[in-house]
Amino acid sequence: MADPGLTDALRACVVGSAVAGVGPRPSDLTVRLGDPADLPAAAAVLIGPHAMALATVVATDETAMPEGDLKVRYVFEPTAPGDGAKVDRFVTLLISVDAARPEVPSLTIAVPAANWHEREMQDLFGIVPVGHPDPRTLVVHDGWPQGVFPLRKAFDGSRRVPVEPANEFPHLVAEGEGVFEIPVGPIHAGIIEPGHFRFTSVGETVLHLDVRLFYTHRGLEKRMEGLSPLDAFYVAERICGVCSVAHGLGYCEALEQIAGVDIPPRARLIRSIALELERLYNHVGDIGNMCAGAAFHYGTATGMRLKEHLQQMNEQLAGNRFLRGLLVPGGARLDLSDDLLRALHATLQETLAGLDNLMGRIEANPSVVDRLDDTGVLRHQAALDLAVAGVAARASGVDRDARRDHPHGAFAGPTPPDLHVVTESEGDAMARMTVRALEARESIRLVGEFVRRLEPGPLSVALAEPLPGRRIGISAIESPRGEAVHWLRTDAGGHVDRYHLRSPSYHNWPAVALAAETAIVPDFPLVNKSFELCYSCTDR
Amino acid sequence: MNALRTGVVTTRYPSEPSVPPDRFRGAPVLRPGSQMPPPAVCPVGALSERVDVGGRHVALDLARCVFCGRCAEDPWAGAIAMGRDFELAARSRDDLRIEVVADDPTVPTVGPAPNPVAEAASASSEIHRVLGRSLHLRHLDAGSCNACDWELAALLNPVYDVRRLGIDFVASPRHADGVVVTGPVTRNLETAVRRTVEAVPDPRIVIAVGACAASGGIVGEGYASAGGVDRVLPVDVYIPGCPPRPEAILFGILVALGRLDTRRLPREA
Repeated sequence: MADPGLTDALRACVVGSAVAGVGPRPSDLTVRLGDPADLPAAAAVLIGPHAMALATVVATDETAMPEGDLKVRYVFEPTAPGDGAKVDRFVTLLISVDAARPEVPSLTIAVPAANWHEREMQDLFGIVPVGHPDPRTLVVHDGWPQGVFPLRKAFDGSRRVPVEPANEFPHLVAEGEGVFEIPVGPIHAGIIEPGHFRFTSVGETVLHLDVRLFYTHRGLEKRMEGLSPLDAFYVAERICGVCSVAHGLGYCEALEQIAGVDIPPRARLIRSIALELERLYNHVGDIGNMCAGAAFHYGTATGMRLKEHLQQMNEQLAGNRFLRGLLVPGGARLDLSDDLLRALHATLQETLAGLDNLMGRIEANPSVVDRLDDTGVLRHQAALDLAVAGVAARASGVDRDARRDHPHGAFAGPTPPDLHVVTESEGDAMARMTVRALEARESIRLVGEFVRRLEPGPLSVALAEPLPGRRIGISAIESPRGEAVHWLRTDAGGHVDRYHLRSPSYHNWPAVALAAETAIVPDFPLVNKSFELCYSCTDR
Repeated sequence: MNALRTGVVTTRYPSEPSVPPDRFRGAPVLRPGSQMPPPAVCPVGALSERVDVGGRHVALDLARCVFCGRCAEDPWAGAIAMGRDFELAARSRDDLRIEVVADDPTVPTVGPAPNPVAEAASASSEIHRVLGRSLHLRHLDAGSCNACDWELAALLNPVYDVRRLGIDFVASPRHADGVVVTGPVTRNLETAVRRTVEAVPDPRIVIAVGACAASGGIVGEGYASAGGVDRVLPVDVYIPGCPPRPEAILFGILVALGRLDTRRLPREA
């Protein structure tokens, strides 16, 4: 879909050339900037007058292709309030980077959400963001050899890389009289994922929090390169446990765009049922975990019990408690029989009653409410600047939901169901809990709606073999944590050339650090649980 | 009052067997004589074949298997079926290997572990007979996708409540009798993993939970991954699954308990 206004504005701001074209999808726009130095000006036009947000940044190594360069794609999306006029569109700024002198101007000062993206491409591709305010390593940790960039095509990713002697990582800390540092992690005291939190505090008050992640970086994007599209699906489904459906679905939708197929209505509904069930067991469990952060043990136990009940239902539906194996590229792999749907209905009704009861007890308990109110505040403007996604964004008054903004699953059908997008304005832990509770109820309603719409019909379509080469697919899925953006390109033989996942947690982690700075050290576990982010789909 | 209304939700496993739902994908059952799938069908390389005495031997490595069920789909559904057995933990990788002669149903299937049910029963009685005390484990995420972590956390929920069996998870490795490790051991965690395990007093048990920890699983070996816990540390028990369901993990911990006992003997003597 051409947008002359936007294209003209971009042409007007650049010194070099700006060649606009449609793609990757028919509703999308890709603008190739002849001079990388024009990038900050072009990004400013998108972020400012056109009110867009950074969706993802994808670097690719194309040194073996005719142009012999590296490329970086900065993908933006609209963020205007959900007035129904919003277009499902991605705008990509594409620049070519000289492989001999790989430098790009940094966007981080003007577009804070670009921070980690730029540090990541510096680590994995050796593309230097010139002018980045904090160019420390991000993805590769201590002892990584100099000048080795694992996502370059010439790098053999199949072997371990020896650890070289290294200095201690330079944490960003505050200094001054009475200021002290508290190192926490990467191995934590509970059954949780690894990350390092370096607090600097005065007394109990947090002055600064430096979050260091990527301990669980497994090199999955490299691992998927060269795989057949079906083999790579099983990897995508396993990037993250609690986002198994969302990431599996995002990969499938990107793949199906490349294949040019439309999946059957019944499969769309089954996919959306799975996605809502994933959201539901996460939200219910997360509400319980927030009770743990507020030392309300009845709430913790109830949340765990309700979540367990839902995961047992998942195992009945998919044969796996994380719903792995329900989807497949081209459609759904397992059908949902009437017996299963009846059992599902009963489980959801029990969950609804249990959730209402739990929320009633939380709201009636002043000691819990007092812990949650005004704790870990994320300001509206900070949520916008960091392109925060999901529950955390909506609890800070940012009206974004990829189910509405980038329709997928059953929402992409001809008559999408109504979706009530829940927002709160306080941006504190209580707001995030309230958003979760209301969204869990909405998910239960939606599953009922999807089940009513199920009509007999085929479950999947075949994808062409091999897939069309050198094509790009892009999708955005509203996972339990928020919008995840998937970018996939096939190589000449139809295998995976490059796959990139920008998970919601990737944009939300820096917001946790900001919110923690409004709290005291002992409240950090509660603040962290109120965001409830994944490490594994951030680290990949 | 509310607790009374809810009633008892706790499972009786392992004193009573647990039956997973119909669709559950447990240990694959290989049926020689039908058309066996080629190894390339498996997305993680758990299937292999070789030509030896008797013809084409097909082997399946349960430690690597992610139980996706692709090898049991058409046109190979007759040759491989996804069973419902989830009690698969074993003390050695070799015990997790299933091998058949593809075209000869008369040759008996080799593996998996000799008799895990009896093993679990004896380990279970060991808790009461020998230890008479609790087993404390430290969880160690070595780069998991968090599915195995959440299943470990589920062991503490009111349904599984492992504390009823004298098993608990502790905050410090210094307080632990062993570690449960999830994930393939990423490069960025290798040092932390070694240091944590070294901080556990000897004798200690190391339990590899899930396909990634047991074999590298879907991640395998690579620039960022060691490809399994036993590439870095000796492992006492391997628990297959992607992820293993909570009861499968519980079974593995019970298998491991027998090991702790045998390791303790020399020191006491």
